[in-house]
Amino acid sequence: MSRLDVRKTYKLYIGGAFPRSESGHTYEVSDTKGRFLANAAKASRKDARDAVVAARKAFGGWAGRTPYNRGQILYRVAEMIEGRHEQFTADVVAAEGLTKAQAAKVVDAAIDRWVWYAGWADKLAQVTGNANQVAGPFFNLSSPEPTGVVAVAAPADDSLLGLVSVLAPVIVSGNTAVVVTSYERPLAAVTLSEVLATSDVPGGVVNVLTGDVAELGPWLAAHLDVNALDLTGVTDADLATTLEAEAAVNLKRVLRPSAPDWTAEPSIARMTAFLETKTVWHPVGV
Amino acid sequence: MLGSAADVRTVLGDLSGVDQVGLEARAAALATRSIKKDAKRTAIDLAISMVDLTTLEGADTPGKVRSLAAKALRPDPSDATCPQVAAVCVYPDLVATAREALGDAPVGVASVATAFPSGRAALPIKIADTENAVAAGASEIDMVIDRGAFLAGDLLKVYEEIVAVRAACERRDGTRAHLKVILETGELATYDNVRRASWLAMLAGADFIKTSTGKVAPAATLPVTLLMLEAVRDFRDTFGVQVGVKPAGGIRTTKDAIKYLVTVNETAGVDWMTPTWFRFGASSLLNDLLMQRQKLETGRYAGPDYVTID
Amino acid sequence: MADHAVPPTPLDYAPAPESRSIVDLQPSYGLFIDGAFTEGADGRTFKTVNPATEEVLAEVTEATDADVDAAVAAARRAFCTWSRMPGRERAKYLYRIARILAERSRELAVLESLDNGKPIKESRDVDIPLVSQWFFYYAGWADKLAYAGLGATPRPLGVAAQVIPWNFPLLMLAWKIAPALAAGNTVVLKPAETTPLTALLFAEICQQADLPPGVVNIVTGAGATGQTLVSHPDVDKVAFTGSTDVGRQIARAVAGTDKRLTLELGGKAANIVFEDAPMDQAVEGIVSGIFFNQGHVCCAGSRLLVQENVYDEVMERLKRRMTTLRVGDPLDKNTDIGAINSREQLDRITALASTGDEEGAERWSPPCELPSSGYWYAPTVFTGVTQAHRIAREEIFGPVLSVLTFRTPDEAVAKANNTPYGLSAGVWTEKGSRILAIADRLRAGVVWANTFNKFDPASPFGGYKESGYGREGGRQGLAAYLTSSDLQEGETA
Repeated sequence: MSRLDVRKTYKLYIGGAFPRSESGHTYEVSDTKGRFLANAAKASRKDARDAVVAARKAFGGWAGRTPYNRGQILYRVAEMIEGRHEQFTADVVAAEGLTKAQAAKVVDAAIDRWVWYAGWADKLAQVTGNANQVAGPFFNLSSPEPTGVVAVAAPADDSLLGLVSVLAPVIVSGNTAVVVTSYERPLAAVTLSEVLATSDVPGGVVNVLTGDVAELGPWLAAHLDVNALDLTGVTDADLATTLEAEAAVNLKRVLRPSAPDWTAEPSIARMTAFLETKTVWHPVGV
Repeated sequence: MLGSAADVRTVLGDLSGVDQVGLEARAAALATRSIKKDAKRTAIDLAISMVDLTTLEGADTPGKVRSLAAKALRPDPSDATCPQVAAVCVYPDLVATAREALGDAPVGVASVATAFPSGRAALPIKIADTENAVAAGASEIDMVIDRGAFLAGDLLKVYEEIVAVRAACERRDGTRAHLKVILETGELATYDNVRRASWLAMLAGADFIKTSTGKVAPAATLPVTLLMLEAVRDFRDTFGVQVGVKPAGGIRTTKDAIKYLVTVNETAGVDWMTPTWFRFGASSLLNDLLMQRQKLETGRYAGPDYVTID
Repeated sequence: MADHAVPPTPLDYAPAPESRSIVDLQPSYGLFIDGAFTEGADGRTFKTVNPATEEVLAEVTEATDADVDAAVAAARRAFCTWSRMPGRERAKYLYRIARILAERSRELAVLESLDNGKPIKESRDVDIPLVSQWFFYYAGWADKLAYAGLGATPRPLGVAAQVIPWNFPLLMLAWKIAPALAAGNTVVLKPAETTPLTALLFAEICQQADLPPGVVNIVTGAGATGQTLVSHPDVDKVAFTGSTDVGRQIARAVAGTDKRLTLELGGKAANIVFEDAPMDQAVEGIVSGIFFNQGHVCCAGSRLLVQENVYDEVMERLKRRMTTLRVGDPLDKNTDIGAINSREQLDRITALASTGDEEGAERWSPPCELPSSGYWYAPTVFTGVTQAHRIAREEIFGPVLSVLTFRTPDEAVAKANNTPYGLSAGVWTEKGSRILAIADRLRAGVVWANTFNKFDPASPFGGYKESGYGREGGRQGLAAYLTSSDLQEGETA
């Protein structure tokens, strides 16, 4: 008799811990051929609320790290993804129906993407900030600062590369994130949570909710303590419009839905979308 | 009041800093006040009455000083309503000449003293210089502080010299010539220093604090005068003692003088709007004030030949 | 001090009014569409008044939906040529406009003070010089877009719908139009209902500069006109400065469209005074922070946070300084505080300030006589205010200061950030390292350290949180009117 395998329980990742959904609900995740893969936790609005609280709590500390330190921490995450290459490859094979070789390339790209963003931590201010020569005796400097708590709807299809491509640019600058994963393909996100949990990324900087963006989105969009909304993964145009309109309640910064080619070279736009420009004036005198 | 270097440092260390840009911006804003019609008339007459008509040249002679005194008594010979100036300001050796020329008119004789303008002499010499001027009839002594000592950090020395010179201002009859303390702000270099020096002088018993000797550029400026007006205002708030302010050097036009008066009015307040508490150390300013005054009287612009040159 | 004490002579400033004869007011104004002034589609008009006297200055056309359509269509037509014109040519138009603005600055300043109620010394020395400077600055960008940080070939967005407030009528126009045009966009701008006149004079300046028809269109009207404009389907970019409530409505209205949006909204800035502040300059900063432009300033320092151990000193100095403020005729060159812009705004200020009384704060104003006609509000300070008071939370947009105290730097920062707004903040201390630490922790788009209410076209301006998004001024302000194929699909600059 062959050995009975130990199946994994897929849980949420909130504030550095792995709770089950407060609602107790789970849903079945299948592969592209409809075969059962796992039960994932189905996050509720209260889980979303808890995730926002955790993200807010983590924000000050994360934003207050030196950019060099954030860059190092994120680079270390890339190292850890590399160490779990096989597991991520398996997740991508299962979720996206790719061959193992194709999936391995996706994992390579995701690691490289993460490394690319990690390197930006201590360069963003040099590229997006500026000294401003005003017409008077004043020192005047504009520098980027993180917007705050960003709720992210991760891409529905590209469960690893897409996720990495939307998550890394949010947190590298010091924001904290509440990510709603692909509903159909959440497994890579859960694996990434496990990586993050054992990395040096402080609890609460990344919070991962597996579940339905149509159900969670409105709560996050209307949440007054969420500063920005990335709708990249929202494929239903009406839902996206509703969420964008809801986000107006506290003037959230909104990144509208899109379906970029994730294999293409990114620009800095996903980072700048969640940056504020702070300009400081001071007189120059003796 | 202050017995040791530590005392001096403690008191001056409590003063708040001065932001150069903010101070200069405030002065520039005050300078935009538009003083017209009756207000201008009032301001011109007040400014004339505040002038310390000054000659401080190596070439000064009794004749020059007598001319100056005549001008002080009758600034505009064509108009009897024109006020007299506050004082004439001369070197110590010409005090007697000035006093004699002014007679018993209510015009003061201010004498510079204490090795003016550099102040580079031993204290006994400074005291003798002062006593000599007082004995010759000076009603006011314009002393200079020891800027070298100030910049070297020897604030107690500066303080003690002012105290000593003030004592030298006393007359035998128990009255005292009033003491104006020249900070020479152009050499103090920073506004923080000007504020400290102002307080040091006031604590030492200055009756007036004065910006400059007129021999160093920059001399009086509006920001520095604004700062000193803040100092006398705050000093009175703290100790209940009023001290006067005298900007000197570089104030040549009516327009400038009015900016200073506006600054007095809106900083120290109306209590300082009198020659008792505010003076202009100037020479050519007076004629510009007189020409502007004539313009207001006649509606025509006057020329230099319509005011007297002394 | 003479031997005989001479009594003081008060100096009462005589009236010094700026002549209004330089302004050639017409009895009525049309809309500026496609390079020409036109009657509105249905002939509806409204009056604009001088808030200092309630005198009607002119009748102004209320643009209808059809008028807005026509203006957007004109802008769309003009976009084809304007966006393809070499940048250096666009630059020369903007330089030309900057020069004309400077040459006509006195006329513009008088008209601004007449229509808005702000003191002539501010319109003359602040607003109008900045207006010209803004055009001069962005003119230089028009042929340097490749260096704006958006890749080698940034493109304009198209037609920009711009809605501006009444507090800095012409300056807000400059903030909107100069970068938009430099980037190659065309614009339809709606000035505020109560202050349309300088925008209409600007339209005349566009004609004087031979700006191609349709590049700038000015439609006058009230909220409904603005709503029509920002929700017009052929608009590519919406830029709004005004209240947070209206900003919210606009954000909702553009949801689901491809329109790009920047919003400059309200604020409730903290002005933090530490014990070691340069005290006289701090008092000036407090005064200019809240009384500049009658407090009709989104970034006004309306919450004064004073370290408790210098509270008495600061208040004494502040009150003494406030007694020198001159309230009255905006055209008088010595006026420091002019008229409240409208009856409606005066009522709003009055109502909100009265909650300060009701909630137990202590009100103080210097003795000052307010004119009998027109809209006026004396400069006012409320002490004993806490974060729980409405006057510490809601934007009053008037000359009303709320004073709170703090004990430690942490408490100051916590109180400063304890607001849904995040536009600006002030910090006063002579300690350099403290300035940097506090500025770092303030969640505000502009931090003035040892100064306040300074503006410059090279300096980005805009808020965090509910104070809006996007920046105006500087390279960042230009980027708000550009897109680039170097960005990924769906990405914004």
